[in-house]
Amino acid sequence: MHIDSIKDGIVIDHITAGNAMRIYNLLGFDKLECSIAIIKNVGSKKMGKKDIIKIDSNIPINLEALGYIDPGITIDVIRDSVLVDKRSVDLPQTLHGVLKCKNPRCITSCEQELEQIFTLTDKENRVYRCMYCEAKA
Amino acid sequence: MRSLINILDLSVEEIDGLLNVADDIIADPKKYSEVCHGKKLATLFFEPSTRTRLSFEAAMYELGGNVLGFSDAGSSSATKGESVADTTKMVCCYADIIAMRHPKEGAPLVASMHSTVPVINAGDGGHNHPTQTLTDLLTIRRKKGKLSGFTIGFCGDLKFGRTVHSLIQALSRYENVKIVLISPEELKLPSYVKKDVLQKKGIEYVQTTDLEAVLPELDVLYMTRVQRERFLSEEEYIRLRDSYILTREKLVKNAKSDLTILHPLPRVNEISTDVDDDPRACYFEQALCGKFVRMALIMELLGIHLD
Repeated sequence: MHIDSIKDGIVIDHITAGNAMRIYNLLGFDKLECSIAIIKNVGSKKMGKKDIIKIDSNIPINLEALGYIDPGITIDVIRDSVLVDKRSVDLPQTLHGVLKCKNPRCITSCEQELEQIFTLTDKENRVYRCMYCEAKA
Repeated sequence: MRSLINILDLSVEEIDGLLNVADDIIADPKKYSEVCHGKKLATLFFEPSTRTRLSFEAAMYELGGNVLGFSDAGSSSATKGESVADTTKMVCCYADIIAMRHPKEGAPLVASMHSTVPVINAGDGGHNHPTQTLTDLLTIRRKKGKLSGFTIGFCGDLKFGRTVHSLIQALSRYENVKIVLISPEELKLPSYVKKDVLQKKGIEYVQTTDLEAVLPELDVLYMTRVQRERFLSEEEYIRLRDSYILTREKLVKNAKSDLTILHPLPRVNEISTDVDDDPRACYFEQALCGKFVRMALIMELLGIHLD
Protein backbone atom coordinates (compact mmCIF):
# COMPACT_ATOMS: atom_id res chain seq x y z
CA MET A 1 0.00 0.00 0.00
CA HIS A 2 1.46 3.37 -1.00
CA ILE A 3 0.77 6.65 0.79
CA ASP A 4 2.53 9.78 -0.48
CA SER A 5 5.12 11.20 1.88
CA ILE A 6 4.32 14.63 3.26
CA LYS A 7 6.25 17.83 2.66
CA ASP A 8 5.33 19.87 5.71
CA GLY A 9 3.43 18.18 8.47
CA ILE A 10 3.35 15.59 11.21
CA VAL A 11 3.51 11.82 11.33
CA ILE A 12 2.10 10.16 14.42
CA ASP A 13 3.80 6.79 14.47
CA HIS A 14 3.89 3.66 16.64
CA ILE A 15 0.22 3.93 17.52
CA THR A 16 -1.02 0.70 19.07
CA ALA A 17 -3.02 -1.06 16.35
CA GLY A 18 -6.67 -0.07 16.65
CA ASN A 19 -6.05 3.26 18.43
CA ALA A 20 -5.83 5.51 15.35
CA MET A 21 -9.53 6.32 15.15
CA ARG A 22 -9.68 7.04 18.87
CA ILE A 23 -6.86 9.56 18.46
CA TYR A 24 -8.48 10.99 15.34
CA ASN A 25 -11.72 11.64 17.23
CA LEU A 26 -10.33 12.73 20.59
CA LEU A 27 -7.87 15.21 19.08
CA GLY A 28 -10.54 16.66 16.79
CA PHE A 29 -8.77 15.79 13.52
CA ASP A 30 -12.19 15.48 11.88
CA LYS A 31 -12.38 19.28 11.98
CA LEU A 32 -9.13 19.82 10.05
CA GLU A 33 -9.21 21.01 6.41
CA CYS A 34 -5.84 19.51 5.40
CA SER A 35 -5.18 16.00 4.05
CA ILE A 36 -4.96 13.29 6.64
CA ALA A 37 -4.05 9.65 6.11
CA ILE A 38 -5.00 7.04 8.65
CA ILE A 39 -3.06 3.86 8.05
CA LYS A 40 -4.15 0.89 10.09
CA ASN A 41 -2.52 -2.44 10.85
CA VAL A 42 0.87 -1.62 9.32
CA GLY A 43 3.48 -4.34 9.85
CA SER A 44 6.04 -3.43 12.50
CA LYS A 45 9.13 -5.35 13.67
CA LYS A 46 8.79 -3.92 17.19
CA MET A 47 5.03 -3.97 17.59
CA GLY A 48 3.84 -6.65 15.19
CA LYS A 49 1.10 -4.32 13.94
CA LYS A 50 0.71 -0.60 14.40
CA ASP A 51 -1.34 2.37 13.18
CA ILE A 52 0.04 5.59 11.67
CA ILE A 53 -1.58 8.98 11.14
CA LYS A 54 -0.08 11.41 8.63
CA ILE A 55 -1.20 15.04 8.71
CA ASP A 56 -0.27 17.29 5.82
CA SER A 57 -0.01 20.44 7.92
CA ASN A 58 1.96 21.71 10.91
CA ILE A 59 -0.89 21.80 13.35
CA PRO A 60 -0.34 21.99 17.14
CA ILE A 61 -0.68 18.53 18.68
CA ASN A 62 -2.00 17.90 22.18
CA LEU A 63 0.86 15.76 23.49
CA GLU A 64 -0.90 15.24 26.84
CA ALA A 65 -3.87 13.65 25.12
CA LEU A 66 -1.62 11.47 22.94
CA GLY A 67 0.40 10.32 25.94
CA TYR A 68 -2.80 9.46 27.78
CA ILE A 69 -4.23 7.39 24.94
CA ASP A 70 -1.06 5.64 23.90
CA PRO A 71 2.20 6.41 25.75
CA GLY A 72 4.39 4.56 23.22
CA ILE A 73 3.61 6.92 20.35
CA THR A 74 6.30 8.88 18.47
CA ILE A 75 5.77 12.12 16.61
CA ASP A 76 7.83 13.06 13.56
CA VAL A 77 7.85 16.69 12.51
CA ILE A 78 8.52 17.11 8.77
CA ARG A 79 9.72 20.37 7.16
CA ASP A 80 10.50 20.55 3.42
CA SER A 81 10.27 16.75 3.28
CA VAL A 82 13.01 16.43 5.93
CA LEU A 83 12.54 14.95 9.40
CA VAL A 84 13.47 17.88 11.68
CA ASP A 85 12.19 16.64 15.04
CA LYS A 86 11.25 13.31 16.58
CA ARG A 87 9.43 13.23 19.91
CA SER A 88 8.19 10.44 22.09
CA VAL A 89 5.33 10.88 24.50
CA ASP A 90 4.99 9.51 28.00
CA LEU A 91 2.03 9.13 30.30
CA PRO A 92 1.40 12.79 31.24
CA GLN A 93 1.27 13.90 34.87
CA THR A 94 -1.77 16.09 34.17
CA LEU A 95 -4.43 16.23 31.47
CA HIS A 96 -5.93 19.60 30.56
CA GLY A 97 -9.20 19.59 28.64
CA VAL A 98 -8.84 15.99 27.46
CA LEU A 99 -11.31 14.18 29.71
CA LYS A 100 -14.60 15.27 31.23
CA CYS A 101 -15.46 14.48 34.85
CA LYS A 102 -18.48 12.20 35.03
CA ASN A 103 -19.20 12.79 38.74
CA PRO A 104 -22.55 14.66 38.88
CA ARG A 105 -21.57 16.09 42.27
CA CYS A 106 -18.35 17.65 40.89
CA ILE A 107 -18.19 21.45 40.67
CA THR A 108 -17.37 21.09 36.94
CA SER A 109 -20.85 19.61 36.40
CA CYS A 110 -22.47 22.98 37.10
CA GLU A 111 -19.66 25.42 36.26
CA GLN A 112 -19.00 24.41 32.67
CA GLU A 113 -16.35 27.10 32.04
CA LEU A 114 -13.94 25.48 34.52
CA GLU A 115 -11.06 23.76 32.80
CA GLN A 116 -11.24 19.98 33.14
CA ILE A 117 -7.99 18.91 34.77
CA PHE A 118 -7.06 15.33 35.65
CA THR A 119 -3.98 14.20 37.58
CA LEU A 120 -2.12 10.88 37.31
CA THR A 121 -2.47 9.28 40.75
CA ASP A 122 -1.39 5.70 39.97
CA LYS A 123 1.09 5.34 37.12
CA GLU A 124 1.20 1.54 37.28
CA ASN A 125 -2.54 1.20 36.74
CA ARG A 126 -2.85 4.41 34.66
CA VAL A 127 -5.38 5.95 37.05
CA TYR A 128 -6.28 9.61 36.52
CA ARG A 129 -8.45 11.52 38.98
CA CYS A 130 -10.33 14.78 38.60
CA MET A 131 -8.36 17.59 40.23
CA TYR A 132 -11.53 19.05 41.80
CA CYS A 133 -13.49 16.07 43.15
CA GLU A 134 -10.86 13.28 42.86
CA ALA A 135 -13.30 11.02 41.00
CA LYS A 136 -11.63 8.40 38.80
CA ALA A 137 -11.60 9.15 35.06
CA MET B 1 -1.03 32.50 51.37
CA ARG B 2 -2.15 29.03 52.35
CA SER B 3 -5.53 27.29 52.28
CA LEU B 4 -6.82 24.04 53.75
CA ILE B 5 -8.80 22.00 51.25
CA ASN B 6 -7.81 18.40 52.06
CA ILE B 7 -6.45 17.02 55.35
CA LEU B 8 -3.47 15.71 53.35
CA ASP B 9 -2.52 19.35 52.59
CA LEU B 10 -1.09 19.30 56.12
CA SER B 11 1.98 17.32 57.11
CA VAL B 12 1.91 15.24 60.30
CA GLU B 13 4.15 17.88 61.92
CA GLU B 14 1.75 20.67 60.91
CA ILE B 15 -1.22 18.71 62.30
CA ASP B 16 0.62 18.10 65.56
CA GLY B 17 1.47 21.82 65.71
CA LEU B 18 -2.19 22.79 65.26
CA LEU B 19 -3.28 20.34 67.95
CA ASN B 20 -0.63 21.78 70.29
CA VAL B 21 -2.02 25.31 69.75
CA ALA B 22 -5.57 24.00 70.30
CA ASP B 23 -4.45 22.40 73.58
CA ASP B 24 -2.89 25.70 74.64
CA ILE B 25 -6.09 27.59 73.76
CA ILE B 26 -8.07 25.15 75.95
CA ALA B 27 -5.58 25.65 78.79
CA ASP B 28 -5.50 29.45 78.56
CA PRO B 29 -8.30 30.87 76.38
CA LYS B 30 -7.77 34.44 77.64
CA LYS B 31 -4.35 34.55 76.03
CA TYR B 32 -6.02 34.19 72.64
CA SER B 33 -9.13 36.31 73.17
CA GLU B 34 -7.96 39.30 71.11
CA VAL B 35 -5.44 37.81 68.67
CA CYS B 36 -7.79 38.24 65.68
CA HIS B 37 -8.99 41.72 66.64
CA GLY B 38 -9.86 43.60 63.45
CA LYS B 39 -9.92 40.43 61.32
CA LYS B 40 -13.02 39.13 59.54
CA LEU B 41 -14.01 35.57 58.74
CA ALA B 42 -16.43 35.09 55.83
CA THR B 43 -18.58 31.99 56.27
CA LEU B 44 -19.82 31.10 52.78
CA PHE B 45 -22.25 28.25 53.38
CA PHE B 46 -23.92 27.26 50.12
CA GLU B 47 -25.82 24.55 51.96
CA PRO B 48 -27.21 24.53 55.49
CA SER B 49 -24.99 23.34 58.33
CA THR B 50 -25.57 24.00 61.98
CA ARG B 51 -22.57 22.56 63.76
CA THR B 52 -19.77 23.49 61.41
CA ARG B 53 -20.96 27.04 60.78
CA LEU B 54 -21.60 27.79 64.45
CA SER B 55 -18.27 26.26 65.36
CA PHE B 56 -16.42 28.49 62.88
CA GLU B 57 -18.32 31.55 64.03
CA ALA B 58 -17.73 30.81 67.71
CA ALA B 59 -14.04 30.18 66.96
CA MET B 60 -13.60 33.57 65.28
CA TYR B 61 -15.53 35.44 67.98
CA GLU B 62 -13.42 33.81 70.71
CA LEU B 63 -10.30 35.02 68.92
CA GLY B 64 -11.68 38.57 69.05
CA GLY B 65 -12.50 38.70 65.34
CA ASN B 66 -15.71 39.29 63.41
CA VAL B 67 -17.83 37.17 61.11
CA LEU B 68 -19.85 37.90 57.99
CA GLY B 69 -21.43 35.61 55.43
CA PHE B 70 -24.49 33.61 54.50
CA SER B 71 -25.87 30.28 55.62
CA ASP B 72 -27.56 28.94 52.50
CA ALA B 73 -27.19 29.39 48.76
CA GLY B 74 -30.63 31.01 48.57
CA SER B 75 -29.32 34.14 50.26
CA SER B 76 -26.21 34.39 48.06
CA SER B 77 -25.62 35.45 44.47
CA ALA B 78 -25.34 31.79 43.49
CA THR B 79 -29.10 31.91 42.85
CA LYS B 80 -28.36 34.57 40.21
CA GLY B 81 -25.87 32.24 38.56
CA GLU B 82 -22.68 33.73 39.98
CA SER B 83 -19.68 31.39 39.79
CA VAL B 84 -17.72 30.27 42.83
CA ALA B 85 -14.69 32.12 41.41
CA ASP B 86 -16.57 35.44 41.17
CA THR B 87 -18.15 35.08 44.61
CA THR B 88 -14.69 34.40 46.05
CA LYS B 89 -13.06 37.38 44.32
CA MET B 90 -15.80 39.62 45.68
CA VAL B 91 -15.59 38.24 49.24
CA CYS B 92 -11.80 38.71 49.26
CA CYS B 93 -12.49 42.47 49.16
CA TYR B 94 -14.27 42.27 52.52
CA ALA B 95 -12.79 39.40 54.54
CA ASP B 96 -9.39 38.20 55.73
CA ILE B 97 -10.19 34.49 55.62
CA ILE B 98 -12.97 32.33 54.14
CA ALA B 99 -14.68 29.17 55.42
CA MET B 100 -16.68 27.58 52.59
CA ARG B 101 -19.21 24.77 52.56
CA HIS B 102 -20.59 23.79 49.18
CA PRO B 103 -22.69 20.87 47.93
CA LYS B 104 -20.46 20.50 44.86
CA GLU B 105 -17.22 18.60 45.30
CA GLY B 106 -14.16 20.69 44.53
CA ALA B 107 -15.86 24.08 44.98
CA PRO B 108 -13.55 25.16 47.86
CA LEU B 109 -10.54 24.22 45.71
CA VAL B 110 -11.87 26.46 42.94
CA ALA B 111 -12.33 29.23 45.53
CA SER B 112 -8.74 28.82 46.74
CA MET B 113 -7.48 29.14 43.16
CA HIS B 114 -9.11 32.56 42.86
CA SER B 115 -8.71 33.84 46.38
CA THR B 116 -6.24 36.35 47.75
CA VAL B 117 -7.06 35.23 51.31
CA PRO B 118 -6.87 31.74 52.89
CA VAL B 119 -9.79 29.41 52.17
CA ILE B 120 -10.86 26.67 54.57
CA ASN B 121 -12.92 23.81 53.18
CA ALA B 122 -15.84 23.45 55.59
CA GLY B 123 -17.20 20.44 53.67
CA ASP B 124 -17.71 19.88 49.94
CA GLY B 125 -20.42 17.34 49.19
CA GLY B 126 -19.35 13.82 50.08
CA HIS B 127 -15.72 14.69 49.40
CA ASN B 128 -13.58 16.41 52.05
CA HIS B 129 -14.18 17.86 55.48
CA PRO B 130 -10.70 18.48 56.88
CA THR B 131 -11.73 20.49 59.95
CA GLN B 132 -13.89 17.56 61.12
CA THR B 133 -10.82 15.35 60.83
CA LEU B 134 -8.74 17.84 62.83
CA THR B 135 -11.55 17.82 65.42
CA ASP B 136 -11.48 14.02 65.60
CA LEU B 137 -7.69 13.96 65.90
CA LEU B 138 -7.67 16.55 68.68
CA THR B 139 -10.33 14.65 70.63
CA ILE B 140 -8.51 11.32 70.28
CA ARG B 141 -5.19 12.86 71.29
CA ARG B 142 -6.70 14.56 74.33
CA LYS B 143 -8.37 11.34 75.42
CA LYS B 144 -5.57 8.89 74.64
CA GLY B 145 -2.60 11.22 75.02
CA LYS B 146 -1.27 10.13 71.60
CA LEU B 147 -2.24 9.41 68.01
CA SER B 148 -0.46 6.08 67.72
CA GLY B 149 -0.63 2.63 69.23
CA PHE B 150 -4.38 2.14 69.63
CA THR B 151 -7.27 0.23 68.08
CA ILE B 152 -10.10 2.27 66.56
CA GLY B 153 -13.42 0.85 65.38
CA PHE B 154 -15.45 2.66 62.73
CA CYS B 155 -19.10 1.65 62.90
CA GLY B 156 -22.14 2.31 60.69
CA ASP B 157 -22.07 3.87 57.24
CA LEU B 158 -18.49 3.37 56.12
CA LYS B 159 -19.42 3.60 52.45
CA PHE B 160 -20.67 7.16 52.19
CA GLY B 161 -19.24 8.63 55.40
CA ARG B 162 -16.64 11.18 54.32
CA THR B 163 -15.55 11.77 57.92
CA VAL B 164 -14.59 8.09 58.16
CA HIS B 165 -12.56 8.15 54.94
CA SER B 166 -10.70 11.32 55.95
CA LEU B 167 -9.95 10.12 59.48
CA ILE B 168 -8.65 6.78 58.16
CA GLN B 169 -6.44 8.71 55.73
CA ALA B 170 -5.13 10.94 58.52
CA LEU B 171 -4.53 8.08 60.98
CA SER B 172 -2.73 6.05 58.32
CA ARG B 173 0.19 8.45 58.75
CA TYR B 174 0.64 7.57 62.43
CA GLU B 175 2.37 4.50 63.83
CA ASN B 176 0.68 1.29 64.91
CA VAL B 177 -2.99 2.23 64.57
CA LYS B 178 -5.16 -0.86 64.17
CA ILE B 179 -8.47 -0.34 62.36
CA VAL B 180 -11.67 -2.33 62.81
CA LEU B 181 -14.39 -1.73 60.20
CA ILE B 182 -17.89 -2.53 61.46
CA SER B 183 -20.73 -2.17 58.98
CA PRO B 184 -23.52 -4.02 57.21
CA GLU B 185 -22.48 -5.56 53.88
CA GLU B 186 -24.22 -2.74 51.97
CA LEU B 187 -22.28 0.00 53.72
CA LYS B 188 -18.76 -1.41 53.75
CA LEU B 189 -15.71 0.83 53.32
CA PRO B 190 -15.17 1.38 49.56
CA SER B 191 -12.47 -0.83 48.08
CA TYR B 192 -10.48 2.17 46.84
CA VAL B 193 -9.99 3.41 50.42
CA LYS B 194 -8.90 -0.07 51.48
CA LYS B 195 -6.57 -0.40 48.50
CA ASP B 196 -5.18 3.15 48.28
CA VAL B 197 -4.83 3.81 52.00
CA LEU B 198 -4.91 0.70 54.20
CA GLN B 199 -3.25 -1.88 51.96
CA LYS B 200 -0.82 0.60 50.40
CA LYS B 201 0.48 1.60 53.82
CA GLY B 202 0.35 -1.92 55.26
CA ILE B 203 -2.13 -0.96 57.98
CA GLU B 204 -3.66 -3.79 59.95
CA TYR B 205 -7.45 -3.86 59.58
CA VAL B 206 -10.35 -6.17 60.23
CA GLN B 207 -13.83 -6.11 58.66
CA THR B 208 -16.84 -7.37 60.54
CA THR B 209 -20.59 -7.00 60.82
CA ASP B 210 -20.65 -7.76 64.55
CA LEU B 211 -20.13 -4.73 66.79
CA GLU B 212 -20.54 -6.58 70.08
CA ALA B 213 -17.93 -9.18 69.15
CA VAL B 214 -15.20 -6.59 68.56
CA LEU B 215 -16.22 -4.02 71.17
CA PRO B 216 -13.90 -5.45 73.88
CA GLU B 217 -10.84 -4.86 71.65
CA LEU B 218 -11.51 -1.18 70.95
CA ASP B 219 -9.78 1.84 72.47
CA VAL B 220 -11.80 4.26 70.33
CA LEU B 221 -15.23 3.70 68.77
CA TYR B 222 -16.22 6.09 65.98
CA MET B 223 -19.97 5.81 65.39
CA THR B 224 -21.59 7.25 62.27
CA ARG B 225 -25.10 8.02 61.14
CA VAL B 226 -26.73 6.22 58.23
CA GLN B 227 -27.80 9.09 55.99
CA ARG B 228 -31.36 8.95 54.71
CA GLU B 229 -30.50 10.93 51.56
CA ARG B 230 -28.18 8.13 50.36
CA PHE B 231 -31.03 5.64 49.87
CA LEU B 232 -33.68 5.31 47.22
CA SER B 233 -35.87 3.09 49.36
CA GLU B 234 -37.16 4.20 52.77
CA GLU B 235 -37.45 0.55 53.86
CA GLU B 236 -33.81 -0.12 53.07
CA TYR B 237 -32.81 3.04 54.95
CA ILE B 238 -34.74 2.03 58.08
CA ARG B 239 -33.35 -1.51 57.99
CA LEU B 240 -29.75 -0.30 57.76
CA ARG B 241 -30.28 2.62 60.14
CA ASP B 242 -31.15 0.18 62.88
CA SER B 243 -28.18 -2.13 62.16
CA TYR B 244 -26.09 -0.82 65.03
CA ILE B 245 -27.46 0.86 68.08
CA LEU B 246 -24.99 1.43 70.88
CA THR B 247 -26.68 1.13 74.25
CA ARG B 248 -25.46 1.42 77.82
CA GLU B 249 -26.12 -2.30 78.28
CA LYS B 250 -23.76 -3.22 75.42
CA LEU B 251 -21.11 -0.89 76.83
CA VAL B 252 -21.33 -2.30 80.34
CA LYS B 253 -21.14 -5.88 79.06
CA ASN B 254 -18.46 -5.54 76.42
CA ALA B 255 -16.41 -2.35 76.34
CA LYS B 256 -13.13 -1.32 77.92
CA SER B 257 -13.45 1.05 80.85
CA ASP B 258 -11.34 3.68 79.04
CA LEU B 259 -13.06 3.40 75.66
CA THR B 260 -13.53 6.74 73.86
CA ILE B 261 -16.83 6.97 71.96
CA LEU B 262 -16.87 9.53 69.16
CA HIS B 263 -19.53 10.63 66.67
CA PRO B 264 -19.30 13.52 64.17
CA LEU B 265 -22.97 14.34 64.94
CA PRO B 266 -25.82 14.73 64.29
CA ARG B 267 -26.89 11.31 65.54
CA VAL B 268 -30.24 9.71 64.82
CA ASN B 269 -30.61 6.58 66.91
CA GLU B 270 -27.23 4.86 66.56
CA ILE B 271 -26.19 5.93 70.05
CA SER B 272 -28.91 5.52 72.61
CA THR B 273 -29.33 8.61 74.81
CA ASP B 274 -28.69 6.47 77.89
CA VAL B 275 -25.04 6.37 76.78
CA ASP B 276 -24.70 10.16 77.03
CA ASP B 277 -24.02 10.15 80.78
CA ASP B 278 -21.38 7.45 80.52
CA PRO B 279 -17.88 8.91 80.98
CA ARG B 280 -16.81 7.08 77.82
CA ALA B 281 -19.22 9.16 75.69
CA CYS B 282 -17.05 11.95 74.25
CA TYR B 283 -19.08 13.19 71.27
CA PHE B 284 -20.21 16.46 72.79
CA GLU B 285 -16.71 17.14 74.02
CA GLN B 286 -15.64 16.34 70.45
CA ALA B 287 -17.94 19.12 69.19
CA LEU B 288 -16.26 21.48 71.67
CA CYS B 289 -12.84 20.40 70.41
CA GLY B 290 -14.06 21.41 66.95
CA LYS B 291 -14.20 25.03 68.01
CA PHE B 292 -10.71 25.00 69.53
CA VAL B 293 -9.05 23.32 66.58
CA ARG B 294 -10.74 25.77 64.21
CA MET B 295 -9.39 28.63 66.35
CA ALA B 296 -5.91 27.15 65.98
CA LEU B 297 -6.40 26.75 62.22
CA ILE B 298 -7.70 30.30 61.67
CA MET B 299 -4.67 31.65 63.56
CA GLU B 300 -2.26 29.50 61.58
CA LEU B 301 -3.71 30.49 58.20
CA LEU B 302 -3.72 34.17 59.19
CA GLY B 303 -0.07 33.83 60.24
CA ILE B 304 -0.75 34.64 63.89
CA HIS B 305 1.68 32.88 66.20
CA LEU B 306 2.01 33.45 69.93
CA ASP B 307 5.16 32.47 71.82
